[in-house]
Amino acid sequence: MIISVASGKGGTGKTTVSVNLAASLETPLKLLDCDVEEPNVHLFIQPDEMVSRTESTFVPTIDESRCNGCRKCADLCEFNALAVIGEKVLVFPELCHSCEGCREICPEQAVLAGSRQLGTIETGSWQHVTMSYGRLRVGEAMSSPLIARVQSIIGDEDLVIIDAPPGTSCPAINAMKVSDFVLLVTEPTPFGLHDLMLTVEAVRQLEIPCGLVINRADIGNEEVYRYARRESLPILMEIAFDRTIAEIYSRGGLLVEHSNDWRIRFGGLFDAIRDRAALEEVGR
Amino acid sequence: MKELVVISGKGGTGKTSLTAAFASLADNHLLCDTDVDAADLHLLLAPRIAETHDFIGGSKAVIIAEDCSGCGLCKELCRFSAISDDFVVDTIDCEGCGVCRAFCPEEAIDFKPRKCGEWFVSSTRFGPLVHARLGIGEENSGKLVSLIRKEAQIRAEQSRLDLIVTDGPPGIGCPVIASIAGASAVLIVVEPTVSGLHDMQRVAELARHFKIPAMVCINKHDLNEEMSRDIENETQRLGIQTVGRIPFDPAFTWAMVEGKTIVEFDPSSELAETVNSIWGTVRSSEFLTKKEATILPIMK
Repeated sequence: MIISVASGKGGTGKTTVSVNLAASLETPLKLLDCDVEEPNVHLFIQPDEMVSRTESTFVPTIDESRCNGCRKCADLCEFNALAVIGEKVLVFPELCHSCEGCREICPEQAVLAGSRQLGTIETGSWQHVTMSYGRLRVGEAMSSPLIARVQSIIGDEDLVIIDAPPGTSCPAINAMKVSDFVLLVTEPTPFGLHDLMLTVEAVRQLEIPCGLVINRADIGNEEVYRYARRESLPILMEIAFDRTIAEIYSRGGLLVEHSNDWRIRFGGLFDAIRDRAALEEVGR
Repeated sequence: MKELVVISGKGGTGKTSLTAAFASLADNHLLCDTDVDAADLHLLLAPRIAETHDFIGGSKAVIIAEDCSGCGLCKELCRFSAISDDFVVDTIDCEGCGVCRAFCPEEAIDFKPRKCGEWFVSSTRFGPLVHARLGIGEENSGKLVSLIRKEAQIRAEQSRLDLIVTDGPPGIGCPVIASIAGASAVLIVVEPTVSGLHDMQRVAELARHFKIPAMVCINKHDLNEEMSRDIENETQRLGIQTVGRIPFDPAFTWAMVEGKTIVEFDPSSELAETVNSIWGTVRSSEFLTKKEATILPIMK
């Protein structure tokens, strides 16, 4: 089963929920931080040893001895990553989406495979958890290709928890789309509700069952509860605002290590997710 | 004209609440919200939309079943695994590269630019606002951000406004790069947590990469004083000015619930005074006052 933890609005507690959910269980699982722009899971789950691997993607390089300046590559490229000035092809590697169309279309075989670094993938083990996260190279604009690489270690029978990036555009969708269940972490504020509604719309387009965790449940207003009722979204956990929680988080601590109550509560959250996902499976 | 972009790396540190408060304090300015996939600034500013425009983003492939011979070339060439065994394009996976269309021997693939969102010009009680809404799951957020920044610049120029205050998106990827490229300065809002510090370091590195001057404001500083000191030490090491510290205060949430900025919510509070003084420091910084004309190159 693959569970992704998502939110729309940033800073609602995705990482808190992901790491504590993972740490509360005892069965082997994979915890994947797909917020490759700002990965944070490793600040809470710290394996003794991490293996780092550099990830790159295709960009064209031009063999000038073969290129006759026919422009077919530049005409094909939808992303303006190739331009022809006179008879010389200029490559803008940062704009390339790695479709390799230029290489396919070149009649002279003058387009060679170069590479652009996307970032790194860091992997390590901590207790029962295999933790892996992507770290986008600073200056790299595209995060979706690296997200896909992080997810490439998912096996058929794995239990996986994905910490998704905020938002509702392609990186968030790419992080969520592989999952069997989306856990939406929100806060009962106007910003939290507004961004939750957008994310629910996205999750429904993906046709994945979802449930809510309401964080800082006692601040803000009642609107998010009304919305959940109206849309029949199950509330699987509520976390009240508590300065102690904020302080534990600020130091990189785990709630489930702070008290056994939290371990039981996050264990209960996992059971609730499993039951919901099973129910949806039957419903189909 | 100067352009200040409020960013954070980590989401939820208080960018929008702070930007809205600045909006209520600034003079002769225009506002812009470049968090195009989860925009929230309008929730505090209650804009009256004056103009709505379609955002035409990239194209997506559609295979016309009756023209398709099932040769499989498109599926073989698609690097994004977006074409199914029965030759239907998954719009989420389709990158919009057009390779399938270019090679299809039957010309059975439609590939037209689509509406990917909308952008708006509005009036608010604190001046004009240029904002946008990217469609759910759409790509090209960077393109939309560049578009609305350019529109914001044109409108500020026309109305002789000398400052654009922009509420930026979280992260360090495409929409953030498009939001800060060529701006006069960024203000990084950070919270005193291990993740806040980590994410600030990355977004500060991004600003340096694009040669944009940065300032830092620590929000909720009293949640972890030690971490706040670590952040100040780090900003000093990076040569970035810390313009102020804001205490944790639920009044930010109460104000949000009422659709007000923190300054409007309780103008005489110590909190409003702190935000006011931070705005004074930011507004008078050399990055926003230097005389020479700032040329704003816009990413295409």
